[in-house]
Formats: sequence, C-alpha cells, structure tokens
Amino acid sequence: MRILLFPSVLIVLLASLLSASAYEIEQHKVFPAPQEGANLRIISNSDIDIFSPMVVAFQRKYPSVSIDYTVVSSTELMTALFDEKQVFDVAISSAMDLQVKLANDGFTLPHNSSAAGLMPDWARWRNHVFAFTQEPASVVYSKSAFAGLEVPTSRQNLISTLRNHPERFLDKVGTYDIRQSGLGFLFATQDARTSDTFWRLNEVMGSLNARLYCCSADMISDITKGDLAVAYNVLGSYASARAASDPDIGILELEDFTTLMLRSAIIPAGAEQPEIAGAFIDHLITASWSEEGADYYPYPKLNRNEIAPNLSLRAIRLGPGLLVYQDNLKRQHFLQEWQNAIIQQ
Amino acid sequence: MNSGANISGSIRRRLTLQLLGIAAVLAALLFVMVMTYAKQVAEESQDNILSASATSILDSAAIQSGEVTVDIPYSALSMLGNVSDDRVFYRVVVNGKYLTGYESLPIAKASKGQDSHRFITSHYLGESIRMVSATRRLSNASGPVEVTVSVAQTLKRQRETLERISANAAYLGFGFFIAAAVLGVLTAQSAVRPVQTLANSISKRGPQDLRAVQAPVPGEMAPLVVALNRFMARLKKSLTRSEEFIAEAAHRIRTPLAVLRTQAEIALRRVERPENRAALKEMIRAIDESSRAAGQLLDHAMVSFRTDHLEVKDINLLDLAEETLERLRPLAEMQDKTLSSHGEEPPQISGDAILIQNALSNILDNAIKYAPQGEDVQVIVTSEDNWVVLSVYDQGPGFAPEDIDQLTERFSRGKNAEDTVGSGLGLTIAEEVTQAHGGHLKLSNRTNVRGACVSFYFPQS
Repeated sequence: MRILLFPSVLIVLLASLLSASAYEIEQHKVFPAPQEGANLRIISNSDIDIFSPMVVAFQRKYPSVSIDYTVVSSTELMTALFDEKQVFDVAISSAMDLQVKLANDGFTLPHNSSAAGLMPDWARWRNHVFAFTQEPASVVYSKSAFAGLEVPTSRQNLISTLRNHPERFLDKVGTYDIRQSGLGFLFATQDARTSDTFWRLNEVMGSLNARLYCCSADMISDITKGDLAVAYNVLGSYASARAASDPDIGILELEDFTTLMLRSAIIPAGAEQPEIAGAFIDHLITASWSEEGADYYPYPKLNRNEIAPNLSLRAIRLGPGLLVYQDNLKRQHFLQEWQNAIIQQ
Repeated sequence: MNSGANISGSIRRRLTLQLLGIAAVLAALLFVMVMTYAKQVAEESQDNILSASATSILDSAAIQSGEVTVDIPYSALSMLGNVSDDRVFYRVVVNGKYLTGYESLPIAKASKGQDSHRFITSHYLGESIRMVSATRRLSNASGPVEVTVSVAQTLKRQRETLERISANAAYLGFGFFIAAAVLGVLTAQSAVRPVQTLANSISKRGPQDLRAVQAPVPGEMAPLVVALNRFMARLKKSLTRSEEFIAEAAHRIRTPLAVLRTQAEIALRRVERPENRAALKEMIRAIDESSRAAGQLLDHAMVSFRTDHLEVKDINLLDLAEETLERLRPLAEMQDKTLSSHGEEPPQISGDAILIQNALSNILDNAIKYAPQGEDVQVIVTSEDNWVVLSVYDQGPGFAPEDIDQLTERFSRGKNAEDTVGSGLGLTIAEEVTQAHGGHLKLSNRTNVRGACVSFYFPQS
C-alpha cells in the first residue's frame, strides 16, 4: 500500500515545487550569452540597473555563459534558499546575517577561490561567504525640507531636530520595515548593539508616524517626490546615484557611528553550475579588491583596512556573531521591541 | 685481508643498525608525544571558549512573566568567531523541551560527576563537532526549571592547527632522527676504531716480528691483546726452539758426515772394481749433499738469529765481495772456474758484514756449482738510485722463468737443478739477509748470454 502511494506523493510534491514558487520576485532579467553555452542562475537583492555592469563584464570574460538574474528582497532570498530550496548558482545579498546563517547551517558550497588572496581576511567567512562591497548605512534627506535648519551630524542631533520640529517632519520620516527587509533588520540590530540612541531615535520616529519601507530605492524615490523629508538607514550607494541627478538629495554619514555593510556572494548548496558560480565569485572579487574593475565596478571604492581611519565607520564583521539576532527568540523579542517603539498608533 | 676469516656479522653494522633503530623509535615517540600534547591543548582551548560561550548564554536565561526566556548575548557567538572560522551551533532546552536554536543537535548525556559542563565530540550536518552542554536551575512560580544550553563548533580550526603542528612535529622528528643517525654512525665507527687500529698494526708487521703489542687499547680489548701477546710469545718460543733444534741437529750431523766422507774417499782409493767405485762415488755425492744442507741449515739458523740482532757497521760492498771471493777461490779453481769482481768504489752501506758475507757465499756457492767447467763467475757492484746493487753473474743454465717467484722459499729448488747437489736454502738465506737490511733480492736471467743473475739491493747509508 505504502509502496503504491509513494510515487503519487512524489508527483504531488514535485508539482507543488514547480508550480508555486512562494517567494516574491521583484525583477527578472536574462543576459543572453553571445555564444551558446551554460546558464548561470543568480538570485540577488541588488537592483539590475546597478549590478548589470558586473554581469556584462563577466560575460566579456566568459562569452558562452548566459545569465539569468532574479532580484528579490533579502528576506525572500532567504525564503527561496532556506525554506524552499530553490535552485540557484549564486546568491548575492546585502543581508550579511542571512548569508552567514546559510553558510553556517550548511546551505552553501565551499569555493576555494584563486582570487581569495586579493581580499583581506575579514572580507570572507570560511571559504563560503565572499564580500565584494562596503556600503554605509546613511541618512538621506531632502535639502528643501531642512531649509533653515541645521543639518544634523549625529543621531543626537537628528533626534533633537526631529523632536523640535514635529510639524515639519510628521509623516515625513522613513526607515526600513525590518519585518520585511533583511538588510533593515541587520542595520537595526547592529545599531541597537552599538548605541542606545537607536531606541530613542526609533521612538521619536514612531511619534512622528514614521513610514516603513521595504527597500532603499523606494525611500529615495519618496524623498525626490517630496513625500519624505528624511530617511534613516538608507544604502548610501543607492542614494549617491540619485543625488547625482537630483541636487535636492543630501546624504549624511553620521559622526557618532556609521554602520558599514558588506555585500556578499555565496554558492547555494543546490547549485547546478558550481564551477561557473565560482568563476563568477572570482570575478566579483577581482572586480572589487583589485584595480581591474575600475571601469565597471558600480559600488563605492573599498577600504582594505578593517578599522577605517575614520573611527565612526563600523564595519559589520562576518562571523557567527551574526547568528545571534537570527535566533528565533531573540528575533521575536527584537521585532516586538522595535514595533513598540516605532508603531505608536 | 679477510681471507680465511670466518665472518659472522659486523659489530659496526650491528651497532649502527641498533642505534638507528633506537633513533627511529625515539623520533616516532617524540612525534606521538608532541601530537598527543598538541591535541590536548587544542581541545582544551576549544573547550574553554565553548564553555565561556555556553556560560554567557546560560547567564542570560531569565524568567519573564512566568516564561523562561533567553537573550543570547552577541558576544556569546561572536567570541567563537574571533578565534576561528568554524561553524557554530547552539540549542537551549528548558526542562527537556526545545526552546530555541538548532533542535536536532546531539544530546550530551548527563554526566555522573558534579561537572557543570559536559563535553562531547559528535557529528552534526555532516561535520564533526565539539559540543559543550551546561545546565542551570531557575525558580518559577510553579517550581524549579532546568535550563540546558549546548554550544557546538565544528573542528576545522582544530584540525588545521593539528595538521600544522603535525607537519612541524614530523620535521622535528625527522631532524631528530637524522641527527641521531649521524651521531650513531659516528659512534659505531669510533667504537670499532681500536679494533681496526690493532688489526692494522699487526698486519703491518714483518713475518719475523713477534713482539708483544705495546700500544694502549681500550679495557674491553685488553683480554684480546693479552691473549694475542701470550700466543705470540708462545709462537716465538716454539720457533726459537725449533730453530735451535735444527741448528743443533745440523751441527751434530756435520762432523760425523765429514768423518764419513774421509772414510769413503779412503775406501775409494782402495777399491778397484768399477761397480764398487761407482757406488762409493754416489755415496760421496750424497754425503756432500747432506753436509751442504746441514751447513746451509746452520747458516739459515744463524741468519734467523742475527736478523733479530743486527750488528750494524759501515761496509764497503766491493771490499766485502773481494774478501768472500778470495775465500772461495780454491774451491773454484778445483773446478777450473774463475771468480772475479769489478765495480767502481761504491757508496757505503750500513749492515751486518757477517750476514752479508754468508748470503753472498751461499749465492757464489750456487753459482760455482751450476756454472759449467771452465767458465767464469763475476761479481759486479754498482749503484742505482739510492741502492747499492751487488750482482752475481754465472754462465750456468739460468732460472726457469716459471720458478723465479718461488725460488726464494725455503727448500725450493729449480726444475733445472735436479741433478745437482743442493738444499734449496741458499736463495732463502740471501733474501732474508737483504730484507733484514731493508733491501730486496732480484733474480733474473742474463740477456744475450747464457747464465743467471742474482742481485742484492741494499739501501745506501
């Protein structure tokens, strides 16, 4: 009986896997290969617009590899790989804690990179997680909204500015919804770990009826549209791209501390093309940690020193410490506390 | 050099092999000890940090509104990341029920002892892990609750550390072995050196040298040397005794032989019958032969004795040769042979004149005997490099070439001398005398003309 049942169960299971991909895809693009060849599937939370120069440069080196690029949010990326075991060859994410969790829990393949010598030790974890950017969590604001006010240089300043001008900032403060955004959660936990001012800032933002976002790009858009006056913990790298075209956008790296995130790549355990995936990771490493990528590397220039000369820059360390806030209990407590602070209606 | 020795093994080889074996065993032991110790240290240091991590998680356990909650400190896991790249797992269990972390981590059995931390080595997610479990009691409204925290880490760093140390320990052990092996080989060589020294000093000795070994030897070899010395003393004594016996015998035989010969000659004059005369002549010939042999045995005994105690003085070989010839001339003239000596005034040599004269007269005796009637025997003295050479030429049949090497052995006679009276000692005496003077004897046949040549080579003084 059981033997008869088994194949049908399998078919149902397969069908469910194929039909319903529960994770939510934001963007999808195929970079066809100039020549016939293998297909590399990348899942990433980097926008196509920003990341495509890297892909194109890779295809110049490997013209026979076509690339299937799927953009999801960092939490959806986790869902796809951790819960649904979707097949991808490379996963790129800014949520370092999720990347480390995937590697720690055995969801990644090792890659013994010949290019690893280029990167400092702190930029990778084991031979599984390879960082290729350093991006600050910044405050992005609308210069017109701050007209007549002093531009804050620290969280303290920001708190008092917000508190003293509720009429100007009510409904016009934005930050990540850390329940949705893995990167937002990472930034929030690191802020909380570093200073108590984070909670006070959240309470002030909550009292101003803060708007919560899934992604940096949306916050930046809303600032350009005038819907937001200030956004906290926005990826500076995205903002500076917009600031180039919109003179109203201002970017602040707060002086008390600015968290530096490392965007990293892993090879998921189910990868079908682990060798090409390794070549792609090597490409990311050489593009970022050597001079080679100067003309197509789309992120801010990297600093090889772990301790930046500017002491206020705090790089998040890759390692098992990042697992702490991924603990169920700890995560729930943190989310609860955050909600209590920021949602005050 | 080893010919004739019954060889079984070699002290040096055995010693070398044993020392090499000991060195190998010690090197292996060193390697094992270093590795054991390193493993212990590596495990301890990993255990310590796991303990610290588990303790700090356990310390964060608290009861909030009746529920146990755990607020894992960031440092609890990041401290593990500080020392290694290893994967980290943890689990919190309250009263046997899973609270948070990695639920399927292996379970450490409760230890019987009072240790609050229990360590196990196990497997999780396909890798070996080291895990610590620590337990703490909290009090709830409903009674005590037991919180158990387990923290585990993979063994990658420990393995890497051990691999590194293992490579170093292997180099260390190998280096130790090489050093010990070199020292072992040297030791074995120096241990057998006295034996070789003794063997060399004995094998360098001349055939007559039976003196006791005087050179200092290690205590272990003293019995051997004492036995050797005793043996040589006995040998010398028995040699001397037999030489004395031979001399005595020869001496005793000579006198009766002389009487016998005189009687035989008298008898020869009296008998008329040819067959009786032939018998008597044969008898006289035999008596002559015996008497010569006895004379030569005496000479040889004298030479053997005197070579041990040379009476050295400066000698002019030409004068000495002339003197010897003078003594033999009557004998030669009876056979119608001429004896002559030539030569420039030669350099002096130092030697025992009686011995040299004896040797020369034995050779001349031979020459006279083997030379045909009416021919000459010449003695020529020359100098050649650092040698003074005294050569005796005859016109006899010469040496058979195949004999030349053996002729100086005792009682050896040439193939072509079988019909002449002789004992075979003459050349032996001559050679022993020249050797006692640091020279040598050379036998050859004359070129162009018939005859043999015997040359005495003496070093110039």
